[in-house]
Amino acid sequence: MTIEKCILAAITTNPKKIPSGLAVFHCDSKEEMESFAANLEAILDGIAHSLSDEMLVIVRH
Amino acid sequence: MNEYTLPIFFGVATGTISRLLMLRTDYRQYPTYLHGKIIHVALGFIAAGLGTIAIPAILEEEFTAITFLTLAASQFREVRNMERNTLTELDNYELVTRGKTYIEGIAIAFESRNYLVIMTSLLSTLVYLMFNIWAAILAAAVSMYVCRLLMSGGKLKEIVDIKYIEPRFDGAGLYVDNIYIMNIGLPERQKEVLKYGMGFILSPKNFDARSTIANLGQRQAVLHDLSTALGVYRDSGTPALVPLAKRDLDDGRIGIFVLPQHQDAERAIRIIGEVPTLENAIRMPTEKRRKGL
Repeated sequence: MTIEKCILAAITTNPKKIPSGLAVFHCDSKEEMESFAANLEAILDGIAHSLSDEMLVIVRH
Repeated sequence: MNEYTLPIFFGVATGTISRLLMLRTDYRQYPTYLHGKIIHVALGFIAAGLGTIAIPAILEEEFTAITFLTLAASQFREVRNMERNTLTELDNYELVTRGKTYIEGIAIAFESRNYLVIMTSLLSTLVYLMFNIWAAILAAAVSMYVCRLLMSGGKLKEIVDIKYIEPRFDGAGLYVDNIYIMNIGLPERQKEVLKYGMGFILSPKNFDARSTIANLGQRQAVLHDLSTALGVYRDSGTPALVPLAKRDLDDGRIGIFVLPQHQDAERAIRIIGEVPTLENAIRMPTEKRRKGL
């Protein structure tokens, strides 16, 4: 099964802006966030889109 | 041997030859190898046979025999289905898909080429029986020339101007000129995209062209042809490296973003220019205006 056009995961460094209803990965630094996103991108076959400097979301198209 | 034997042989031969002439492995990369070609040569032979037999049947006053031409029609519609199904199945495994519009265009071409074969055989047999073999050879040559004319459609370079533009990032947004392509979040991926990516702007030459290149199938055909000819920097599971074509809503220009393995802007512009304008994508809004609507 593949879920497309849906936010599959969010990676953030700002605990105040946690979206609800999906997998959220809290990171301590921007570097950590980017390495998480790179791995998740590969695992989920998705793209890491940037919403702000503090948050990336993984979407499969 | 009777009076019809030689004309029939002649008609079948010219029909089959014209099918061979129309069967080229070109930029569409299809059909590629022997087995695919054999199917089409064999069907061309059958089409040639059907076209040829029609004339002696009329001369012998066997009018009901003409009804088998309807059989030919349904037979070749089946060819179109076969091509459509095969190509659609294979499309799932392409790194850059052809798209349904392009596939339909190829399938239509296969069907119509068989009808052109019928026409060639029919004409050359008719002329052979009415005049002589020399007139028939001339008729065959003329109809093969007509086949070649009918088989080649328009090219994209006739309706658009193509310009190379280096893609750039504005924050996480990837742009070709002022046309937004997509959002890429990771700086690492952005570097990759800037290193391998190339951007092109297609500006329509007139109002009709604007609607034609807006067609999603036409845009996918450009991406497919470009990626086939220049290679593609991509693998399964890397959606960030997908070639895309987006439209400027203000003036109808199309921004093409591709990741070719062979970075040659001049050649890429030539390849985009040679992409066929797909029959199913052609729109003519000005025709409507000309009729006063």
